[in-house]
Amino acid sequence: MNVDPSNALMRDAEAASAEGIPPKMVARSVNVHYGATHALKDVSLDIQGYEVTALIGPSGCGKSTVLRCFNRMNEMFENTQTSGQVTIDGMDIYARDIDVVALRARVGMVFQRPNPFPKSIFDNIAYGPRIHGLAETKEDLEQIVEASLQRAGLWDEVKDRLKQSGTALSDGQQQRLCIARAIAVQPEVILMDEPCSALDPIATGKIEELIEELRTGFTIVIVTHSMQQAARVSQRTAFISRGELGEYGPTVEMFTKPRHERTKDYIMGRYG
Amino acid sequence: MTFAQTVSTKRKLSSRNRADTAFKMLGRGALLLAFCSLLALAIAIFSRTLPALTHHQITLDVAFEPDAFDYQTSAPSGTDASYRLIYANYGQIVGRSLEKAFPEIVDPAEKRALRRLVSPTARMQLRDRVLANPSWIGTKQRVALYVSKGAENILDANEETVDPQLTLWLTQLQDRRALSTTFKSTLFTRGDSREPESAGLLAALVGSLLTIAVSVAISFPVGLLSAVYLEQFATRSRLTDIIEVNINNLAAVPSILFGLLGLAVFINVFHMPRSSPLVGGLTLSLMMLPTIIIASRAALSAVPNALKAGALAVGASPVQAIFHHVVPQAMPGIITGTLLAIAQALGETAPLLLLGMVAFIVDLPSEFTDAATALPVQIYMWAESPETAFSNNAAAAVVVLLCLLLALNSLAMILRSRFQKRI
Repeated sequence: MNVDPSNALMRDAEAASAEGIPPKMVARSVNVHYGATHALKDVSLDIQGYEVTALIGPSGCGKSTVLRCFNRMNEMFENTQTSGQVTIDGMDIYARDIDVVALRARVGMVFQRPNPFPKSIFDNIAYGPRIHGLAETKEDLEQIVEASLQRAGLWDEVKDRLKQSGTALSDGQQQRLCIARAIAVQPEVILMDEPCSALDPIATGKIEELIEELRTGFTIVIVTHSMQQAARVSQRTAFISRGELGEYGPTVEMFTKPRHERTKDYIMGRYG
Repeated sequence: MTFAQTVSTKRKLSSRNRADTAFKMLGRGALLLAFCSLLALAIAIFSRTLPALTHHQITLDVAFEPDAFDYQTSAPSGTDASYRLIYANYGQIVGRSLEKAFPEIVDPAEKRALRRLVSPTARMQLRDRVLANPSWIGTKQRVALYVSKGAENILDANEETVDPQLTLWLTQLQDRRALSTTFKSTLFTRGDSREPESAGLLAALVGSLLTIAVSVAISFPVGLLSAVYLEQFATRSRLTDIIEVNINNLAAVPSILFGLLGLAVFINVFHMPRSSPLVGGLTLSLMMLPTIIIASRAALSAVPNALKAGALAVGASPVQAIFHHVVPQAMPGIITGTLLAIAQALGETAPLLLLGMVAFIVDLPSEFTDAATALPVQIYMWAESPETAFSNNAAAAVVVLLCLLLALNSLAMILRSRFQKRI
């Protein structure tokens, strides 16, 4: 059977809205160029609220670029051009009057390698609320720090050494610190760029549990190399290959009966 | 037979080991050579420093006879009692004391020659002592007086023409244990002088510090902000490439050209006062800028990008991300670079010569617009002098300059460790 690819992609992109709930974030025909490299080609993707969406695909396929479109982090790199439309709750985030700083307060991010600030654990969490003026008094700030660390499951491990440097923690703790740092700004969406790729299996397990818990309060988009991880933590999976959206749908369907040959090959470990 | 056991491999292996050993020996030889030259330099400087830091004194029995204090009988009206003490005939007191010390000398010409033993400043020494203790008048005291320049040269074994008579008297004094050595504090408390024994480097030191203060106050913020802009904000373009090449070239421009620039711009166009620390500092700051910018850029680019990304991701603006996170992280490197530039500027002579900072400065400069000189220029002027005592002073000034650099380095080390501790 020969299916018109553009129709298939549209159907994939809107797979979520079929259930009647409007998506939290929507990307429409997004193209990203890094200088002469065409990194993303016409990607359209709906991110459903209070769900975990996994982005999988071979190295260099552009899945991290997709992720960074949602908080405009691609702009950190020189000579980047983005076209198309990305919205959060219907608001175009690439519109001229959008303040990137305010956007990033709504869409937090956790990186591949834990990157705590070389400051105390307390200051790591408090930095975001401070610059956004979220806490009026010192007590408010302390409360935010405690709540964020509680939420990230790190409070019991660090409550007695909040003054110590964040970089002195173990890799897994550092990554949870970074998650707590993102939570402290009270975002609506958290983007995670391969958050476990630098961690050992036990630390990875803890982060995955945390993601499962965080789903109740946040919309999460996670880029991962591990198919098992995508299967464990996500409700929806997007397969990206060579800068294009290969397939998008509920995780269960994706891993049990992939519709495209290429997805199937990747999931079976035949390439990538 | 394994690969490692073949004949050709073994031969190659032993020749490689020989090359290793030869290189190690070469390195050690170079280090030894460097160390020996350093040692020779240190010995040369320190052996000359000691005479510059000491004064020889003759201890004499001085009789403060009242008639010397009536030398000028008519004091102008309106002057107080100390006038009598200030204008007493101290020269006569010194002369008589010397004659008493050598009673065997009767020839009037030789008696006068005796006065060549003590320094002309001995009179001032006596005057100051009497002003402090007016009750000395009419009594006899043992007082140590500075020896003259000629005597100093003989005692320090300087290569100057030696007066055989003075040598004889000095040996006699030495036998009577009437000669002593004291620390010469004038070197650190006075400005320059025509007399090497009363010449000091304080004026030059203050001039240097004022000059460096001006240049750091300008070049550190300007250099740091330029580096931050070029490294973090500017997008790479033909213009930034040209700027980068020019900064690198500026770092290699001979310093005397900066002096010419300072002369043309700051003095001739803006009419700033010549010889002032202000002009010197401005010119040196131009010289320091490339060094600071290059070092700061290197330090900034060594900060992992992830740190900036982390700050941006929690919603920091680019300026906040850079000044809250990237710059503090790069601070140790920036401080090292700035210090390097300061050390370079502190030892700079050529541009200051063109700006008129090669002045004879007796009074301490107290403002940025006062005429001043700098330590390296003072060293240059003293070293040029034909008198050995002045070149000894120059050696002492070199040691002071080295100590200043050492102090700067320690300060930088403290600052660096403080920044690292905060991280």
